[in-house]
Amino acid sequence: MSLWMQIVVVLLLCLAGGWAFRFAGIKATDGKPFYRDMPLSVAFGYVLGAVLLVWIVWSYYLSRTLPAPEVNKYFFFRIAIEGFIIFALFAWLFRLLGRSVGTSTTKKLFRQMPLTASFGILMILIYAFLAIFAGLLAPYGQEQIVPGVAANIPPGGNPAMGGNRDFPLGTDQIGRDILSRLIYGAQNTVGIAFATTCLAFFIGGSLGFLAATLGGWLDQVLSRGVDVLMAIPSLIFALLLMTIASAWAGSEKGLLTFYMVIIIAVIDSTRVFRLARAVGANIVVMDYIEAAKLRGEGLGYLIFKEILPNATAPLLAEFGLRFCFVFLTIASLSFLGVGIQPPLADWGTMVRDLAQFINFAAFAPQVASAPLLAAGAIALLTVAVNFVVDWMLHRSSGLKE
Amino acid sequence: MNPVFKIILQRLALGLLTLFIVSVVIFTAVNMLPGDFAEAILGQGATPEAVAAIRRDLGLDQDPVTRYFQWLAGAVQGDLGNSFAQANFASFVGTEGSANMASVANQIGPRFWNTMFLAGVTALIAVPFAVILGILAALYRNSAFDKFANMFTLTSISSPEFFLAYILILFLAVLNPMLPSLSNIYADMGLGERLEKTLLPALTLTLVVTAHMMRMTRAAIINLLASPYIEMARLKGISPLRVIVKHALPNALAPIINVIALNLAYLITGVVVVEVVFVYPGIGQLFVDSVKIRDIPVVQACCLIFAGAYILLNLTADIMSILSNPRLRHPK
Repeated sequence: MSLWMQIVVVLLLCLAGGWAFRFAGIKATDGKPFYRDMPLSVAFGYVLGAVLLVWIVWSYYLSRTLPAPEVNKYFFFRIAIEGFIIFALFAWLFRLLGRSVGTSTTKKLFRQMPLTASFGILMILIYAFLAIFAGLLAPYGQEQIVPGVAANIPPGGNPAMGGNRDFPLGTDQIGRDILSRLIYGAQNTVGIAFATTCLAFFIGGSLGFLAATLGGWLDQVLSRGVDVLMAIPSLIFALLLMTIASAWAGSEKGLLTFYMVIIIAVIDSTRVFRLARAVGANIVVMDYIEAAKLRGEGLGYLIFKEILPNATAPLLAEFGLRFCFVFLTIASLSFLGVGIQPPLADWGTMVRDLAQFINFAAFAPQVASAPLLAAGAIALLTVAVNFVVDWMLHRSSGLKE
Repeated sequence: MNPVFKIILQRLALGLLTLFIVSVVIFTAVNMLPGDFAEAILGQGATPEAVAAIRRDLGLDQDPVTRYFQWLAGAVQGDLGNSFAQANFASFVGTEGSANMASVANQIGPRFWNTMFLAGVTALIAVPFAVILGILAALYRNSAFDKFANMFTLTSISSPEFFLAYILILFLAVLNPMLPSLSNIYADMGLGERLEKTLLPALTLTLVVTAHMMRMTRAAIINLLASPYIEMARLKGISPLRVIVKHALPNALAPIINVIALNLAYLITGVVVVEVVFVYPGIGQLFVDSVKIRDIPVVQACCLIFAGAYILLNLTADIMSILSNPRLRHPK
């Protein structure tokens, strides 16, 4: 309970500090409106922010200077701060690059871009690069157990700490290189999630546009069916269907992964269907569709040449969000042990396999970082995609408030 | 009849219908299993006679429609059948007591309340936190605080649940031992201890559901700030906080309540992963375990309960947003 008392005392001190800050501001600037009209709550906010900043800097200073055993406590804090600064720096550099290189349209795009969005785009590019060239970049194979190498080498590559220079991120419980598996994980996890999202968009999009164009009983049947499927929480439904799929697949692990793609694509296509149908229904009533119908154009022409080009913007934003959901669902399924099957390297499975090492964080932080690397890899990509989608939605909605 | 009452009755009927159809979907899906329950229980080396005997016992020799209605009738009365895993166990032990253990309802019962407890604690923390954060973000919109809150919530909602869970375990349980990282809850535990063990999973779920609620609160309030009556209130000289809390918030309540109910529905999905991470003895963990060993009756029952809770919360969201509309509440 003393911790709560400390927090309360600090907050009260901040309140007093806020009052003093405002008072000092009024006195020093001779009653400038900025200080004079400042509510106490805003002054409190400024002081609280300053206190937090000082606390972060102080903790970071401690993390660089403390001797070995105590510093373990601040290890992850240090990594987080350094990671944040490095990512922000690279995002800023990337935006600077985008502003000076390229056509005038992309230059303009980068000029209006917030730092979060440029960070997102940069991360997506890096992940795409890793996924495509995983075979060339990874030092070892994803299933390769290097002969003569111990299992469970801690990350860090420092021989004094039990690490191994050839395995900078260590090895897993049966002696596979974690760095290689992380890189291959980009290919497997992201690749499978991407394929699933594309399939979901193909199913949901085409059915949605069909329902919007044709209407009538087809629309009713599809819409009610989607209503029912959406009444079951998606992860629960996926788990139920995976139970059945695992019985169908038997011992063929590859087939199970294939079934998983189909199952998640079908479940997620219901959300795409809703959007495609809504967007399509707004387009179908336009005059140019009427004109095309009178010209005698077929259904395929109507959907692909008239409706689809006009529905690209909302569908693209939805693609990003859907990808995140699919990616997180697959990661969750893998984490629960029913998703992507070993020996394929996959981040969700890696987190599950390495999770128990977190408990060693207090005396060997390097050991504990292995599961967090895989989980962080998942989080980083979804955060990046979400930042970009958020920015796109903000732009397209014209919401400037 | 009051039109609100009528609409609510309609929605309730629709919800019941949805639940019925969902149960059909679940039952059909489970019946797509290759072979049947009897073979699943006995494994591959079973003799045909033994399979036939079990089929008769479980009523598998009847046609699917009859079986469906038997299952549904049982489920309505709280009898969800017998668990395979426990049935196997019971047949080895072969006593009355262990046969009772095998019923799905007995397995789910206590775990269901544990899960409800977790969801309740989460809601108690998350809802006030999110609404206050949203109000503050609307009050100080476009300030550094607003941008930071926006970034923080977006990050927490897009991270997988297990990542947030392990980060919290790392900082609050391992590096600074304040809370237990394992939620081993048992029946006769005091409320204080139970709360302490539930706090870490509840905090994880809070991080997951806060973002939507906070963003919706902020957006709903900001939407209203352009309206003339807010302008009027401002011109009267009321403080910004009072304008938002007294004038804008009551009118923004409908979308906020709606999004709160929807996020509580989302909790149901999040609960599965979080319970597995913290080894919390809830229904989600039972569900995942049963999925792994293909214990069909338990999977079926858990699925039905999750879907039922999900439908109920969505229905609540619907009804709440109707009720908070004054035009519907006071018909002319």
